[in-house]
Amino acid sequence: MKLKGKVALITGSGSGFGRATAVLFAKEGAKVVVVDKNQDAAGETVDIIKRGGGEAISVKADVTNANDCEAMIKAAVDAFGKLDILHNNAGIAQVITPLADIDEQTWDRLLNVNLKSVFLCSKAAIPVLKKQGGVIINTSSIGAVRARPGAGAYAVAKAGVTHLTRILAIELAPLKIRVNSISPVYSETPLGMDLLPDHMKKDMEATRKAFLSTIPIGRMAVPEDIANAALFLAMDDSSMITGIDLPVDGGRGI
Amino acid sequence: MRLSNKVALITGAGSGMGQASALLFAEEGAKVAVVDINGKAAQQTVNLIKEKGGDAVSIEGDVSKANDVAGMIKATMDAFGRLDILFNNAGYPMVPTPLIDVEEELWDKIMDVNVKGIFLACKYAVPIMRQQGGGVIINTASISGVRPRPGQSPYAASKAAAILLTKALAVEFAPYKIRVNCINPTATETPMLPLLGTTEESKKVIISTIPLGRMALPKDIAYAALYLASDESAMVTGTALNVDGGRGV
Repeated sequence: MKLKGKVALITGSGSGFGRATAVLFAKEGAKVVVVDKNQDAAGETVDIIKRGGGEAISVKADVTNANDCEAMIKAAVDAFGKLDILHNNAGIAQVITPLADIDEQTWDRLLNVNLKSVFLCSKAAIPVLKKQGGVIINTSSIGAVRARPGAGAYAVAKAGVTHLTRILAIELAPLKIRVNSISPVYSETPLGMDLLPDHMKKDMEATRKAFLSTIPIGRMAVPEDIANAALFLAMDDSSMITGIDLPVDGGRGI
Repeated sequence: MRLSNKVALITGAGSGMGQASALLFAEEGAKVAVVDINGKAAQQTVNLIKEKGGDAVSIEGDVSKANDVAGMIKATMDAFGRLDILFNNAGYPMVPTPLIDVEEELWDKIMDVNVKGIFLACKYAVPIMRQQGGGVIINTASISGVRPRPGQSPYAASKAAAILLTKALAVEFAPYKIRVNCINPTATETPMLPLLGTTEESKKVIISTIPLGRMALPKDIAYAALYLASDESAMVTGTALNVDGGRGV
């Protein structure tokens, strides 16, 4: 087991990438704190983990709220005594819209949930992580590197995440905390579906074709791809890796 | 085991990162073709693998010579009947030297081993991988291909070429289900180091530029190669994975 004895907190793990990662981490021996703004969804992930013989608790939190972020870290320590791995994975999608048509509230919300949350959660976790050293993994997006039309605010937030990853890596290296990000390509997760406007949802065959034509490897990402990347970054195999962005994008970033 | 039933060919596997990768890949179930320009060193790696119950063959070869490369691919096929993972790890380093003092022969040698070696190995391995329905290619580049240090310009340029060749080949081979990635190590504790004029004093200077505060170890690179070689990275192609303790930031 690759994460035996580790405690991991994963935000947005009530579905999609986060859930797949929580389940994989638990299978590899980690105790998992499943955080989601949707309590029922977090509970379902915990049920899946427990059915597999793993250990986990669910915590409801809004990652844009500093008090919630403090509380989820406290819940992790209360339940499992420490925290080794913080996976800032929670995010929201931008429904494909030209930037000029986005209202200010939508811009603010996309920046808050996707970027400010990484600041707030890391700020809350660092005092605990530094006790024994640890790992921070952020979910960014290949959209931060290669822009598509209609995803401007989301892509800017994720570019912020990729760079915040580098900054935290440098700042936290002396504390033996490694910080890396993962940049997935499009995936049909709940978030992936959220970004599709109605006309694209109605014709999923055409939508898939359009995405696939831009991904050299010829398929979309699935949550297990991201979970496996997160596992590599979480385990001691990657103890010399910090400040990187690992694209899991089938070559889209080229 | 993460590489069960896979056959891996690793160049420069007689020592350092290549040897560590050969040992780890064998431990994870791969059959390994251990290639090195030094046949004795290759055999030593094979002996270490066999002592632990693994399966490997040693092949002496110079990756910058087309005949040798064709021979090493053939020897692998003769021994194991397939080739799933090609790890172009052999490299030619240089003692830090100002560019104006670099001999033309050294420039050519560095480019031949570090860049042309990848071209040749792919040229002979890819037809086999295509026929098999896929494969994985891993190249050892260097963080110096992204952040060069003075006195290393031919080496840094060759590694930058290796990084771009990785991306170009990733796009070109994706339709054949062949993934291509490279690893960018920072300065690594290998037998090569003293040969490069690295002293305990100069090590300290190097370490002061690596945020995590240590040099890489061969096993750090081996673990990264294992991730890239295994199906866990099935959606990862065209990336340069820095194993550099944050040096590239």
